[in-house]
Amino acid sequence: MADTDTVLRVQNITKTFGDLIANDAISFSLKKGKVLSLLGENGAGKTTLMNIIFGHYSADDGYIEIFGNRLSASNPAEAIALGVGMVHQHFTLADNLTVLENVILGTEPLWKWKQDKSAGRRRLRELSEEFGLHVDPDADIKSLTVGEKQRVEILKALYRGAKILILDEPTAVLTPQESDQLFDTLRDMLARGLSVIFISHKLGEVMAIADDIVVLRHGKLVANFPIAEASREIIAEKMVGEAVPQPERQVMEKGAELLCLDTVSVQDAAGQKILKSVSFNLNQHQIIGIAGVSGNGQKPFSDLISGMCKPTSGSVSLSGEIVSVFEPQKMVESGIGRVPEDRHVQGVVGDFSVEENMILESYMTPRFSKLGWLQRKNVSDHAKALIKAFDIRGAGPETIVRGLSGGNMQKVILARVLENNPEIILANQPTRGLDVGAATFVHEQLFEARKGGAGVILISEDLEELLAVSDQIAVMYHGQLSKLMPVEGVTQQQLGLLMSGEGFATQKETKHNAA
Amino acid sequence: MQLEPRTHTPLWMTISAPIIAVFVVMILCSGLILWAGAPLLQSYVALAKGAFGSKFAIAETLVRATPLILTGLAAAVAFRAKLWNIGGEGQLYMGALAATYFGTGMINLPAPLMIPFLFVVGAIAGGVLLLIPALLKTRLNVDEVVTTLLLNFVILLLANYLLFGPWKDPMAMGWPQGAPIIDEGILPKLVAKTRLHGGLIFAVLASISVWVVMTKTKWGLEIRAVGLNQEAASFAGIPINKTIIRTALISGGLAACAGVTEVAGTKEYLTLDISPGFGYTGIAVAMLAGLNPLGVIVAALFIAGIYNGADSMSRAMDVSNYIADVITAASLLMVMLAVMLTRMRIRFS
Repeated sequence: MADTDTVLRVQNITKTFGDLIANDAISFSLKKGKVLSLLGENGAGKTTLMNIIFGHYSADDGYIEIFGNRLSASNPAEAIALGVGMVHQHFTLADNLTVLENVILGTEPLWKWKQDKSAGRRRLRELSEEFGLHVDPDADIKSLTVGEKQRVEILKALYRGAKILILDEPTAVLTPQESDQLFDTLRDMLARGLSVIFISHKLGEVMAIADDIVVLRHGKLVANFPIAEASREIIAEKMVGEAVPQPERQVMEKGAELLCLDTVSVQDAAGQKILKSVSFNLNQHQIIGIAGVSGNGQKPFSDLISGMCKPTSGSVSLSGEIVSVFEPQKMVESGIGRVPEDRHVQGVVGDFSVEENMILESYMTPRFSKLGWLQRKNVSDHAKALIKAFDIRGAGPETIVRGLSGGNMQKVILARVLENNPEIILANQPTRGLDVGAATFVHEQLFEARKGGAGVILISEDLEELLAVSDQIAVMYHGQLSKLMPVEGVTQQQLGLLMSGEGFATQKETKHNAA
Repeated sequence: MQLEPRTHTPLWMTISAPIIAVFVVMILCSGLILWAGAPLLQSYVALAKGAFGSKFAIAETLVRATPLILTGLAAAVAFRAKLWNIGGEGQLYMGALAATYFGTGMINLPAPLMIPFLFVVGAIAGGVLLLIPALLKTRLNVDEVVTTLLLNFVILLLANYLLFGPWKDPMAMGWPQGAPIIDEGILPKLVAKTRLHGGLIFAVLASISVWVVMTKTKWGLEIRAVGLNQEAASFAGIPINKTIIRTALISGGLAACAGVTEVAGTKEYLTLDISPGFGYTGIAVAMLAGLNPLGVIVAALFIAGIYNGADSMSRAMDVSNYIADVITAASLLMVMLAVMLTRMRIRFS
């Protein structure tokens, strides 16, 4: 009853999973019409906390108060009824339904002779006009862009009467321009009395939109202050705990050509061109960054270089020799080190031990198997050496990989890839989901390899990372690759425009048919 | 009520979980026994005696466990690679057919060669049978659950046709059964005056061999990797299709060997009832064993004991021997639940 302005109060919330304290006595409050930004590295406890507020988890201790009502544990329906709406990072929309159907889904009685959508349609139209969230109610979800899907998610929450909106990394899938548009919408909503909890990694955005900042580290609340008292440096330091020195990129003279793609196209199973006439050169001592909103051809591009798919036209050559066989093993033998996009799916066999994952690409060599018999001693020694060299803490050769942290899992993959001294390194989202320390380690390794003569292709959605690490940058859009640009003089804004497709139209018209 | 993963599982829990599960099953099945009007304690004693209570009972349980070990191994190997081979029954009959074709006089070899020869031709026949669904899966993406299951009926009907027609033994007084396996092809008896035969030794050696292959060899690594994460295996350059085909040959071959042990060991000639569903029960054996090749021996002994024990319980106490199916099914569920509880804990909020 202290002040009527408080819409959400988190009081002393504690949650443990086994030995892990995910949330340790966290308290803060959100005021009406304000944006509270929740910051923290991966594993700091943000997601757990949000799941408690939304009623997915029940806290071991402490309570949540929404508009003065105490939330009873483990009941998302109650949280929704009290006015909490959540927009997840990965959308929860049914692709085969229309916008209207998705929005009203679950709010209508299940058994009804005839569905009457007119009331829902009216309500949806009012909401989209009120908040400037324009989408066609009858469009199929699958035909929408990512930005539009996110609008539908927000409308879904508003339709259910949300007064407190939780946005989990809402800009991760957006171009900078789409993000700006989202922020305009958010400001509109704040003016109308809604409140927002904004979860993000990107400090720039937080500085632009937040009123208050809460920083979590290792499950503890380490800072809670208004934005006026914050600066990027302070927030970063609070998040990481100590200042982590970023490795500096040194300028290097590029060496001999390693990889050349000449007007390469790739078709998917349905005959759609998913990579369109891509030409590209990679030389020794060079790091090339590939930017782009995810789903714009990065996958076929990296699959091609990984040996997971074949070009339908054009040619790929390695050190001047044209590649004819596109198989993973062939690419590994040709000196390509591949760090896959999704480490859980493609990178490791989660239920295998560290030592087994470390030989996954080389188990057939005489060092690890003779006449079909695994050389267990060599396998184990190999793992021990790599664990030491890559400082994989808390793991032995026989530790099951599933239990490792994201950073350590990535180290297992890096160790496997880098120990062969590959000439070409394809790193697809190598720091996604890693904390600053682990990400810095990955960058150091890439710089080290580049110094030793390797060429690196870095595919990332994090523009700051790309600008810090790459020598040259290109942007992917709808399966096309822009020209390579030297990193000096490239701005985030320029990249943003390219990512949203500007400058690609002309390239589209000039057809490079290298049949 | 929520499930949360345990950070670690103590050893005593891993060992005691299946034992507790079996006790729970006995408590659950008590209701059925009482309903049948039989005294509870005496019934369970009869069951235990029938399973392991005498030299004869033990021998019979081992005889029954022999084909179950082999079909259990077949399922365990295939399931490790996520190749859902439900066709153990058909592969078993395929092995039995091959042993009958070659073993009833067509080829005459001295016993030390004849017996291995029968296992080899049987295994090849079973492997080739599973090759068909495996190729359909790898080439055309056809679901192997359907194809392996349906092939069971094809092979069983083929055996029917052969035993009522061309292969019918004229000396069998009209019964649909094959000619007897020649003496050189009969598996030697292990204990006098029992049916216990050398197939058991073969089955145990097979379990050990499969365990060695799965843990110590390149093939085993490939099979496990393909089963646990096919995408990562493929990305690392492990040949997926080759591994699935190889797994199919091994799995089909193992199930077929169960047919060989029944024809050349237990019955000594082919009939249409050499397998009371050993191929299907093998799946339960494999699951009960957690797909562990050595665990398969224990699981097969357990299930064989239940079936034999229930038979003698039904004779002594007049309880239907279908109770064996109930106990087996309940054990399967309870052991799986118990294994899950060793990995997860329940929290009440």
